[in-house]
Amino acid sequence: MLISYVIRRIIWAVPFLFAASLVAFALITLPPGDYVTTLAQTLAESGDQVDQARLAALRARYGLDQPFIIQYFMWIGGVLQGDFGMSFEWNQPVAQLIWERLGLSFILEFSTLIFAWGVALPVGIYSAVRKYSAGDYVVSVIGFLGLALPNFLIALVLMYVAVVHFGVDVTGLFSPQYRDAPWSWDKFVNLLQHLWIPVIILGTSATAGLMRIMRANLLDELNKPYVVTARAKGLSEWKLILKYPVRLALNPFVSTIGWAFPQLISGAVITAYVLSLPTAGPLMLQALLAQDMYLAGAFILLLCCFSIIGMLVSDILLALVDPRIRFR
Amino acid sequence: MSNGNNASATPILEIKDLVTEFATSRGSFRAVDGISLKLYRGKTLCVVGESGSGKSVTARSILQIVDAPGRIMQGQINFNAYRGSDRVVDLAKLDPRGKTIRDIRGRDIAMIFQEPMSSLSPVHTIGDQVGEVIRLHDKVSKKQAREQAVELLRKVEIKNPESAVDRYPFEFSGGMRQRAMIAMALACNPSILIADEPTTALDVTIQAEVLALIKSLQASSDMSVLFITHDMGVVAEIADEIAVMRYGKVVEQGDAFSLFGNPQHPYTQGLLKSVRELDQPSPRRIELRRRRPRGEACLVSEKVRKEFPIPGGLFGRGKSTLVAVDDASIELRAGENLGIVGESGSGKTTLGRCLQRIYSVSDGNIRYRDHDNKMIDLATLSDRELRQPWRDIRMVFQDPFASLNPRMTVGQIIAEPLVTERRLNAAAIDTRVAELLELVGLPASAASRYPHAFSGGQRQRISIARAIAPNPKIIIADEATSALDVSIRTQVLDLLLDLQERLDLSFILISHDISVIRYFCDRIAVMYRGRIVETGPTEEVCATPSHDYTRALLSAVPIPDPTRRGTVTRVRYTGEA
Amino acid sequence: MTTIADPRTIDMRTDAQASQWRLTWRAFRRHRLAVVSLVIVLLFYVVGAFAEFFAPFDPETTSSRHIYHPPQAIHFIDWQADGSWSIRPHVESMVVKRDPISLSATYEADPARKIYLSLFGQGQPYTMWGIFQADRHLLAAADPADRFYLLGTDRLGRDVLSRVIHGSRVSMSIGLLGVSISLVIGVLLGGISGYYGGFVDTAVQRVVELILSLPTIPIWLGLSAALPQEWSPLTRYFAITVILSLIGWTELARVVRGRFLSLRMEDFVIAARLDGGSQGRVIFRHMLPSMASHIIASVTLAIPAMIIAETALSFIGLGLTPPIISWGVLLKEAQNIRSIAQAPWLFAPGVAVCIAVLALNFLGDGLRDAADPYSNEKQ
Repeated sequence: MLISYVIRRIIWAVPFLFAASLVAFALITLPPGDYVTTLAQTLAESGDQVDQARLAALRARYGLDQPFIIQYFMWIGGVLQGDFGMSFEWNQPVAQLIWERLGLSFILEFSTLIFAWGVALPVGIYSAVRKYSAGDYVVSVIGFLGLALPNFLIALVLMYVAVVHFGVDVTGLFSPQYRDAPWSWDKFVNLLQHLWIPVIILGTSATAGLMRIMRANLLDELNKPYVVTARAKGLSEWKLILKYPVRLALNPFVSTIGWAFPQLISGAVITAYVLSLPTAGPLMLQALLAQDMYLAGAFILLLCCFSIIGMLVSDILLALVDPRIRFR
Repeated sequence: MSNGNNASATPILEIKDLVTEFATSRGSFRAVDGISLKLYRGKTLCVVGESGSGKSVTARSILQIVDAPGRIMQGQINFNAYRGSDRVVDLAKLDPRGKTIRDIRGRDIAMIFQEPMSSLSPVHTIGDQVGEVIRLHDKVSKKQAREQAVELLRKVEIKNPESAVDRYPFEFSGGMRQRAMIAMALACNPSILIADEPTTALDVTIQAEVLALIKSLQASSDMSVLFITHDMGVVAEIADEIAVMRYGKVVEQGDAFSLFGNPQHPYTQGLLKSVRELDQPSPRRIELRRRRPRGEACLVSEKVRKEFPIPGGLFGRGKSTLVAVDDASIELRAGENLGIVGESGSGKTTLGRCLQRIYSVSDGNIRYRDHDNKMIDLATLSDRELRQPWRDIRMVFQDPFASLNPRMTVGQIIAEPLVTERRLNAAAIDTRVAELLELVGLPASAASRYPHAFSGGQRQRISIARAIAPNPKIIIADEATSALDVSIRTQVLDLLLDLQERLDLSFILISHDISVIRYFCDRIAVMYRGRIVETGPTEEVCATPSHDYTRALLSAVPIPDPTRRGTVTRVRYTGEA
Repeated sequence: MTTIADPRTIDMRTDAQASQWRLTWRAFRRHRLAVVSLVIVLLFYVVGAFAEFFAPFDPETTSSRHIYHPPQAIHFIDWQADGSWSIRPHVESMVVKRDPISLSATYEADPARKIYLSLFGQGQPYTMWGIFQADRHLLAAADPADRFYLLGTDRLGRDVLSRVIHGSRVSMSIGLLGVSISLVIGVLLGGISGYYGGFVDTAVQRVVELILSLPTIPIWLGLSAALPQEWSPLTRYFAITVILSLIGWTELARVVRGRFLSLRMEDFVIAARLDGGSQGRVIFRHMLPSMASHIIASVTLAIPAMIIAETALSFIGLGLTPPIISWGVLLKEAQNIRSIAQAPWLFAPGVAVCIAVLALNFLGDGLRDAADPYSNEKQ
């Protein structure tokens, strides 16, 4: 049952990935002019010789004279082989530029998700079980603030406080000596030392959202008749809360990873920009501002894929924890 | 059994002057107001009352599991068989979260509830939930607990207990779930079983089985049962002792035979009277038929079939279909009442909605005699063409709360069919609305109010007023009395008969409750799993049912008379499963 | 037979005659926080609408003498040198002191020189909504030549308070406008989807799911990066609004569809159909009123998301650009750690964003709870 569900769900994701790639490619082709004209322009501006043969070859490679749909298939064909096109700004294949940044993005977003979960779950349970207690109010207020404050504002304020009051620089993910160093254990440790600040900043709204969901779900579940049944069995209060209502409230909670993940990716773009993190966001922004569309498109495509895969994982997790889904 | 016998024995559970209150923002509300009850070993005490009488809160007070703002304020609940000894424990004095009461719950006193679906956790297996009680109160290994759980499932007659133990509640039918609940309650051989409306959510045939199961388990283990119910029929089936509750107080108690034979309190008398009224054909209807014979057929269904697609598949388009109604042929004659009886899932509501053409029909004809005395087939008409038939065939819905738009005044609701008809002007409509309200027994001032100001019975009257507004010929009433208290039911049925006499109406009454059908209907069609298994004059079908299912259904209906207990042999229908 | 109620006795309480909106309002009033938020939100919109009047100065007027001028506090009690006092609101003038070594400018209060303020005083002339001329401001200096800065100035010596007030016009309206577009798309698609069901429903649902599964900001960024640079500010404003709403409609569509689906099978809607109502009458007379309050609540909750999105886009430089003033455009000034270290009051637009977003959230929550005054009725 479970396996067939997982397979079905994976097959489901394919049209979504296809649609996402269409969206990404549409964005690539949206700005006026194409890669080759932009390149020719840049070359002409810098006084370089414009090699017409090379331009024609590039045009043929990306099918720029062809209709949209053919161009798309040429592009996606390349993407599937790991060729994301050229970045004219860096004058390098896009594929060389993106992977390390995407890796760091993934680490950042995944850690944030774990952090948000780890905090929201116990706090949400606490505030539902001790409804209307002082602690619940404090949690609710913090939750509201977390939801209302845009992440990048929190990042800005934190940066200000760190610089002005502590004289510390909180930007970046590495100390200067590791910035361009190859990967090593020390560099990894250094990453962990820096990671927690963006994780907390990025995690506030997700944590606040998840907390409210957990609280609301658990409050619903606490009134269900099966809780009374469990109580009538003689279970102690905490044990029964953890075994029954929390277990059921977990289901919608698990399914929220689905939407929390795209939102995290979204939020990370701008926060990373403020904190100048070496992740996907800032480079993508730079590419978008320069209309370096193959680079930007690759980021958009891959971030969308992240997000769809996140949805997929959350759906599978949900089927694992909730037998009712499997049988549908 | 007699009262004298009881006086000498000590009760196993004795409630004295129990008061349970719910603190609300507007002060506290006394749900249980000083009641005293005695439950004897091996006996069944029925606590009976209508909704809001405090009977459920009483049951929950015993185990101290009253919902949040509720608290026991005073009184004693003396339990005389703590761990099988003679030690007396006052349950009311225990800490609701303490160890002592938790040890008693599930082991000495077990409880089963009304909704077997929502009372079981949907994400834990049956074995897990049954085994949990065993492991909570006995030191046994997981494996032993599982074996015991299988045994218990076998004891409550669940088929294939070895595989059932690993299944989830949603894979079970309602009756099976309630059996699993009972297995869970019996896990530690409790001396008292508290059953809080355990059969209310079940079909009548399943109810009979569950009641029989409880009785046989009780006989084999000398267990005492505290049975909470609103249904006098069920009380008559199983009670040794009865306590009648109303507004948080016990108005009358005594042994079953004397209470049914000679009720003292006017409330009990009224309750029994409305139950007994419904146990026979309405004299009014019989008298009416004598004066006015039935006319010719006015609504006929021929081999009507209705299929629903089962959602699923990649893009939500169903591959398989569910046959809700299968080859249903019925005939309604002018001036008669036809009853369609069936249990949940029998397709009776779907058939009703097909007859009205709320649903399209997959196959078959619905022939209807229009104003020109011509038979037309409704099955093929479009919504636009159905406008006139919809004025002639009207519907009264089951749920008096959902069927009235809360955002419109009663006047607007009743006027709606007149407004869309565009024949009357505003003033004429107002007059007509007042007239209709008068007809259904409501004051004209009701027109300016919103539905939330009315009780369930009154809302059903509003619904009826809307139905008769465009001068219809036929009214289809789908479970129109099911949501109402027994005492209100006969009132509404009598109103319908009254309107039949004044307005020349024909009725189709759809119900799961055979007593309502018997009271109201001249002829009856019995539905089972989408098919009509038997039709005929009501009295004939009830007296000499020809189909096995009808026989099983009739034999399962509880008789509100303890003296006739055991006179009907139960027939179980298993065919065509 | 004591139990049988007389059907003719009906509830005479005033509640029985209260309409849906009265009941909703009554339920809403119980949420004190939501009521306070409603007042705040209305205040924001009023200030935004009459920005020229509420702002003490023109937001674009620069003053090279007042670069990074710190905020001045209003004093109400005016002490004279002789010890007598009167109530007369004023601020203390500040003078620049230049550090002889580092040459950096610092401002020091000069208690000797007071700038008196007047309510509804005369100030810089302006053209309200491009229609009529006026020169009255809510708060103006008694001497029109004086300038005062309650929230300080930016790097060009422009009054931050005036800029925040003008920014509220754009930022608050972009939320409202964007949500209106979302609402039209959402109600249309959600309604079609919910009412017709079947294949249409499936198709719309898939599109909604797709959009929900994509990260919004990269797509917003991609779309707005594609906007031609040469567009006028106003065109750009509308284009950004449309971009925001293109993605924001999904939640509304979901709410509308869900309500439609559940309402379609409600007994009272079926009854309306049987009463002979046309499709239009069933939808508009019977179904929409039951959804209106839910839709209003969802809309209120969607506005803050739009405001944050606009702020984020403009902050990065891909949304609105000067000369349009929005909170996001203003916050762009605070991007640089050096400038906020020197002038932390540049966070003021951020504070405005937070207050507006919080208030809208509380308001939406209150509305959602009050949306269905009939939900508890059955108990």
